[in-house]
This record gives sequence, C-alpha cells and structure tokens, in this order.
Amino acid sequence: MSAPALATRGLAKSFGSLVVARDIEIELPKGVRYALIGPNGAGKTTLINLMTGMLQPGAGRIFLDDSDITALPPEQRVRRGLVRTYQINSLFPHLTALESITLAVCERTRAARIWWRQLNAYPHEIDEAHDILVALKLGSACHRLTREMAYGQQRLLEIALALATRPKVLLLDEPAAGVPREESQELFAAIAGLSSDITVLFIEHDMELVFRFASRIIVMVGGRVLMQGAPHEIANDPQVRAVYLGNTPAKILHGPRHG
Amino acid sequence: MALSETSIDPQLYLVEQTRWRPAEIVFWLATLLPYLLFPNYLSLASQIAIAALFALSLDLILGYAGIVSLGHAAFFGIGAYTAGLLSKYGWGEPLSGLVVAAFAAGVVGYATSFVICRFRHLALIMLTLGFGLLLAELANSLGWLTGGMDGLQGIHTWKLLGTFPFDLYGRAAYAYALAVLFVLFLFTRRLIHSPFGLSLRGIRENFVRMPAIGAPSRAHIRTIYTIAACIAGVAGALLAQTTETVSLDSLGFERSAEVVVILVLGGAGRLYGGLVGATIYLIARDQFSGIVPQYWYFWIGILLVAVVIFLPNGILGGLAQFTARWSRK
Repeated sequence: MSAPALATRGLAKSFGSLVVARDIEIELPKGVRYALIGPNGAGKTTLINLMTGMLQPGAGRIFLDDSDITALPPEQRVRRGLVRTYQINSLFPHLTALESITLAVCERTRAARIWWRQLNAYPHEIDEAHDILVALKLGSACHRLTREMAYGQQRLLEIALALATRPKVLLLDEPAAGVPREESQELFAAIAGLSSDITVLFIEHDMELVFRFASRIIVMVGGRVLMQGAPHEIANDPQVRAVYLGNTPAKILHGPRHG
Repeated sequence: MALSETSIDPQLYLVEQTRWRPAEIVFWLATLLPYLLFPNYLSLASQIAIAALFALSLDLILGYAGIVSLGHAAFFGIGAYTAGLLSKYGWGEPLSGLVVAAFAAGVVGYATSFVICRFRHLALIMLTLGFGLLLAELANSLGWLTGGMDGLQGIHTWKLLGTFPFDLYGRAAYAYALAVLFVLFLFTRRLIHSPFGLSLRGIRENFVRMPAIGAPSRAHIRTIYTIAACIAGVAGALLAQTTETVSLDSLGFERSAEVVVILVLGGAGRLYGGLVGATIYLIARDQFSGIVPQYWYFWIGILLVAVVIFLPNGILGGLAQFTARWSRK
C-alpha cells in the first residue's frame, strides 16, 4: 500500500487552558474525497490551520507523502502541494479574477521573482490562469475586479486560487458557506470533477452534500476526532447521533443546527 | 459568451495594461515646459523632479506593497551624503556618483529589510520612524565627516558627461534631474507591470492570503525595499550634486513626513501619484511662501485637509473616478 497523501500523528494544540486539538490522528489516502464534520467550535478550521502551518501545533507531527512537514512555514507546504481555501473569502479585492489567478500561477512557476520583464513575456502563465477560470465557469468574469464579482463567483475564485498552485492535497474550509442551495450543488459538482490526482478534505455543514460527495467522513467534537468511517456508518452511529442531538439518521441528514 | 469586456483575450488584456496612454505622453512633454515658459523657475523644477523621484521610490513600498514608512528619508540622506562625500574627496563625476549613492542606500536598505519584512502596520511605522531618527542622530554626531549642523561643504560637481557645466540658472541641473527621473520612471513602470509587480499588489491587497498561494512574501518585501532604497538614494544624490550641499534635514523626520504627504496628495499606488503630488506640493509651497511668508504652512495644511476630505484617493484617484463616471454617461 502506498503512503497516505496526508497524515497527522498525535497532533495537539491548546490556547492556555483551552484545548482546541487533542491527539488527532487522521490519514488521507491518495485521491480520496473525505469530509470533516462536527458542531461549531469542534476545531475543524483549527485542524486545517495546524495542517497548513498557519498555527504551530503544541505536539504531534504532520506528514505529506511520508515526509515530515511539521517544521515547514505555510508557503513551503503550499509549494509541496498542501493547499487550503478559506471559509470567509480571503481574496484580492482590487485585482481582477485573471490577475489573481495569474499571480498564483506565477508564484508557483517562480516567475513572481522577475521584476525586470513585463507580464506579457509570460503567455503560458496567463493561459494557464485563464484555463483554470474557464474550467470553473469563471471565464466570462475574468476581467472583473474581485470585489465586483457575485458572491458565488468569489467562492469559486477561492478554489481557483488554490488550484493554481497545483495542489496534491486540497483542504476546503466550507467551500459553499453562504451560497444558496442550488449554487452549492454546482459548486460541489465542480469539486467532484477535480482531477482524481488531487486528494480532497472538505468541511461542510450540509449533510446532504456530505453524504453525496464524501467517500468517508471524519467527525470532530471538542478538539477530538470522535470517529471516522463510511457515510452509512456515521449516519447510524449512536455516538454521532448523540452529539448531533438527534435520534434518527434522518435528523443527521438535516444537519446539526436543526438538532 | 457575453460580448464587450468579457470577451477580451487574456493575453491582449495584459498587453493593453502596459500600453502608453496619450495622457502619459502629454505629461512627459509638459515636463519640458519650464524651459520655454518659466526659465526663471528651473531650480524649482529640479527640486520638483527630485521630490518626484523620491516619492516614486516611496510609492513602490507604500503604494504597491503596502509598507508604511515614516523613515524613508534615511535612504535619501544616505544617497545625498554618499554623493556629497565622494565629490568632496575628489570624485565629482555626477553619473558614477549616482551609482555609488544608489549602492550605498541599497546596502543599508537590504540590511534593514530583514527586520522590515517581519512587521506590518503600526509596528512598521514605529520601526521606520525609529530607524530614521537613529540615522539622523548618527549623522549629527559624526560632525567630522558630515559637517553636522553646518552641513557638508566643499562639494563640487563636475561637468555632466564631461561637457555640460552646472550653470547658475539650473538649465543643466533640470535636464539632468529630469532625465534621471524619466529613466527610473521607465524602470519602475516596467517593474510594476512585471510578475513581481503583481505579487506586490497581492501583498498590499491581502497579506494573509499570500503564503496560502505559496508566495514568499518576506522575500518579495526584502527585494522591493532594497530597490526603493536605491531609488531614494539616487534622489538624494541628485539633490547633493545639483545644490552642491548636503544638510542634516536631507535625512530628517520632516523629509520623511513630507514625502508621505506628497504621495498621498498625488495618489498612492498610481505610478504618477508621486510625480503629480510633488509638482502640486512644491509649487503650492513656493507660491504660499511668497504671498504669506510666515503662515505658508497654514495654507499647505488647508490644501491637505481639502484633498483628503474631497479626494480620499489623492488627486489622481479623484481624477480617475471622475473620468470613469464621465465615460459611463
């Protein structure tokens, strides 16, 4: 069996007396689509922050393709293929969509160090950026300033920015947060359509989407991994149901907030 | 597919961004007007060109990379003293003087950039301010070298290119300052439209996101801080060479503050902001100090308050907004 694309060993973090992550052990095999669920404040985003290096863990190690990346700064983890998106849009408001993605592509190809040649000497970078936007159906908005784009398009731009770095492992923090239901279906269809070389872990509250798009689910509660398993196992697990305050699998399907 | 702006070919769009606009050509032709219309104001014109170059260098870090500095005069002063000392001790050739001054300012810029790149916002203001004050005091205490309060005397600038002497009317001085400004403007314009320039705008727009797309922001900041220091050094050297004197206020706090005012007045992050700002600020100062010698700062203050209230993005920002609204009608 080949090494997992991403793995954590005994990952822990606390702020003072508040434990936000304790002894987290997860493995993402190559190419999977996993979901990370749990009530608000369970530590899901914290886990992404720890894995991507935005936070330093108190203990534990993180492995990308079997090599220990625990000590690497965030941008070097990105260069090695561990990339995230943000729950709340974190974009470049006064850049156009095309400029934003070209920027990310240039950082990857290291053209971004070049200050003595103009951008038009880099047609490959620009074409690649345009292709990414077209693939996510943002081609027609590519010359619009980010801040003038529709909210749903901005959510897609979040993913486009991550794709421009050519990720091996993609961590999506509520990619459909704030997007109307019909649009979030489309958004997840786009995620499902990503190359199977990319390993995906996504945080999502809408259980219908989780059950539709994830092959395996990791449940977090209070900074711990409560359980991991196939969707049907999770849906029928009494512990998970207790956390979600529901009694029937149907309740889980309707999401935690209605519990 | 929708037509109009949405169907522009991505390559063409970026080429379009770098194309020279008619207003730019008019602007640079207008810089020659002082020779025809105001031959008595050529020394003021040189001052404007030098201030514009200094503001351009600040625009690179403040306007494009979002690094707020209240100590940028440090590099201006280092350039001025380097060129001045070089000339005083026997080498008055102006062009090589500029190169040495740029190098000296660049070395100090590079050294300090390792600290600068670790901080943002308020901490950065304090840091640059402190560093500027430190250097000013150092220059003051090294009186044997810098001349201290009396300024650096005994500078003699040789003929430009070995043929054009720096005359009393400032004809050669303005041509020299303007030519250097233009060449470094071309350099800056190219830099802004490079992939690196795009990264700088990324740093300004969203510093936190940059590492998440794999960008080495700190390395980018070190590069641009060093380049900006070099250009500020050239501006300082120009002042030393054309006025043949260097005083302590060339690296004082007031000059650091003044260049921020000039840039904000013209419009930061707009390439021409520092140029327009320097022109308006120095002409206003010249006129006000002629009309009301004691109170001219009062009028400068009114000008600043008015610009910030009515044109929050500077004069060029307001102009851009106006033309955008006008062309939409």
